[in-house]
Amino acid sequence: MNVETLFALSACALVGIGLYGLIVQPHPLRKLVAFNIMGSGVFVLFGALAKRGAAAGMAADPVPQALLITAIVVAFAATAVTVALLLRLIESTDSASLANEPPAGG
Amino acid sequence: MLAAAVLLPFVGMLVALLLGGRQVQRVAFVLMALGLALALGIAVTWQREGQTLVYLLGGWAPPLGIALRADGPAVAMLLAVAGVVCGIGLFARADFGTPVGVKESRTAFSYWLLLMAVWGALNLVFVSGDLFTLYVALELLTFAGVPLVCLAGSGETLRAALRYVLFALCGSVLYLLGAVLLYGGYGTLDIPLLAAGIQPEPIAWTALALMTAGLLAKTALFPLHIWLPPAHGGAPAAASAVLSALVIKGSWFLVLRLWLDVMPGVATASAAQLLAGMGAAAIVVGSVVALRQQRLKLLVAYSTVAQIGYLFLLFPLAFDATGDMSLRDAAQAAGLLQAIAHATAKAGMFMAAGLVYAALGHDRIDDLAGAARALPVAVLAFLVGGVALMGVLPSGAYLAKKLLLASADASGQWWWTLVLQGGAAFTAAYVVLIAVRVLRRPTAPLSGLKPVSMLSQCAALGLALASLALSLAAVWGPLPAGLISNPLSLKELGNTLTMFALGALLAAGLARSPLLSPGAGPRGGAALLGLAFEQGDRFVRRWPSAMLALLLVVGACGWLLTGG
Repeated sequence: MNVETLFALSACALVGIGLYGLIVQPHPLRKLVAFNIMGSGVFVLFGALAKRGAAAGMAADPVPQALLITAIVVAFAATAVTVALLLRLIESTDSASLANEPPAGG
Repeated sequence: MLAAAVLLPFVGMLVALLLGGRQVQRVAFVLMALGLALALGIAVTWQREGQTLVYLLGGWAPPLGIALRADGPAVAMLLAVAGVVCGIGLFARADFGTPVGVKESRTAFSYWLLLMAVWGALNLVFVSGDLFTLYVALELLTFAGVPLVCLAGSGETLRAALRYVLFALCGSVLYLLGAVLLYGGYGTLDIPLLAAGIQPEPIAWTALALMTAGLLAKTALFPLHIWLPPAHGGAPAAASAVLSALVIKGSWFLVLRLWLDVMPGVATASAAQLLAGMGAAAIVVGSVVALRQQRLKLLVAYSTVAQIGYLFLLFPLAFDATGDMSLRDAAQAAGLLQAIAHATAKAGMFMAAGLVYAALGHDRIDDLAGAARALPVAVLAFLVGGVALMGVLPSGAYLAKKLLLASADASGQWWWTLVLQGGAAFTAAYVVLIAVRVLRRPTAPLSGLKPVSMLSQCAALGLALASLALSLAAVWGPLPAGLISNPLSLKELGNTLTMFALGALLAAGLARSPLLSPGAGPRGGAALLGLAFEQGDRFVRRWPSAMLALLLVVGACGWLLTGG
């Protein structure tokens, strides 16, 4: 097994763990962590593809790296926004539940 | 000019952020005038040149550089969004304006900044020629949309915003995964280069299935509408109008781009049937659950769930088995018309619902008696918007429906004819329900009415009328006028009346309380069916079921792409 395959397989594992977390974890913070794990899986995959797609004589294809940095920044911003929202939610309702709106009367 | 269309709102946002305070809305209004002029300028240039406008960032050509491209659909959407943003801006002046002598508020400050951000992000979605730039644009759109949901700052809206952002993030990570796979397979993300190189093979199938499912999650197509009703129903009216009319169109437009421009050779007729099937389910479930709502704003939110379904009916007609290109163009035009018609009408309807709430102090549907007399302009705006969505002549939805019906006939897909005709009756149901409620005579004279701004009412009515008159504008444009028949001819009149009659029947059968005597309490019989729909909707909107549905959509879409 070469290095790229190893990376691709670990990317698959990360995406799988992230998806599982997103489905079964009810707490929003855990969902957010799961999203980040899944995102990391995608980033690892992109890195592996950059290595495989390199032109002759180059260590790696540079374009995915430029895109990766942007994607990481976007994921970071998303995480920050979500954490801020979550903190406000806990502040104002003392709970972090994402359950459906309470059953409407009648 | 294309770069300016994207940059202008963001520059305005930064300037407003620096100036702060009450200058923000002035900057926003200057920007709206400039943005509208710019959109018109782009449209005129596009018409004159007769081809796609291209702008290379920094003069670098793809594959290394990034290009902005404005083709027909992009120009149409740029123009429509500019118009709707201006309408919403006029409306929001009453709610979020800071006249001299009033202390400026953080809510108003954020609102104007976010409005500009949504506009800039949408413009970027329309003109981007590169799948990764599109990813960034989509994220910008989400980040601008989420705070709009929780402007009011209450626990309920914060929860709605959190649900929205988490589900939207699942969608974006799927989209990104698809984009990464495409880069791995073809070494470029530029749309024309990708379209030229792409083959129907496993990597393209996987990528298309992942990206489509991710975008559907952001568009909130049934059964992935987990976040939409609380988010759109809970936000302030001016924000709901932005979210419902504009924000969801960004990801929808991208689905259209992917299927028609990037991978027309990969997408298959059977996968397109799946998209439209979900759309048909959205129309039925969204409309019936809308009838069951107790609050006007939630009714409008569920009407959006149903209308999103319409936006996906174009796919099987664009991808029929014969591969006729003229059918594809007609279906695309119909989809865009439908999107623009919905954007204008729904913005007007949300504004009207907000005005009713502001004036009466509540928006309980059963207690709306007398509203038509108290707020004639706002109620008229609501009903005109609803009628425009039904596809009554000369609305944009009418022309869209005609185009789709013609395509369905030409490609022999009679079942979509059925959905298109039946869907209008479902829309008519909630329009009739509200019309009956607001036109009733109140048992006691309404008291404690708060005055609402006339400008806001007129803005709502203006947008609703724009939707109703859209087909006239489209006729002067590049669309065939032959499809429009005389509105007073026997056939058209009969059609319209049948729609209303069916709608009244549905409303009488499925609404929460009897059509003519609200507040009579729950009933048995047909209402049980409505209750069943409501429970089903609640089940689908639980997190685990929504996430599993998302995975199921990826799987089904991928399988149908390979099998076609």
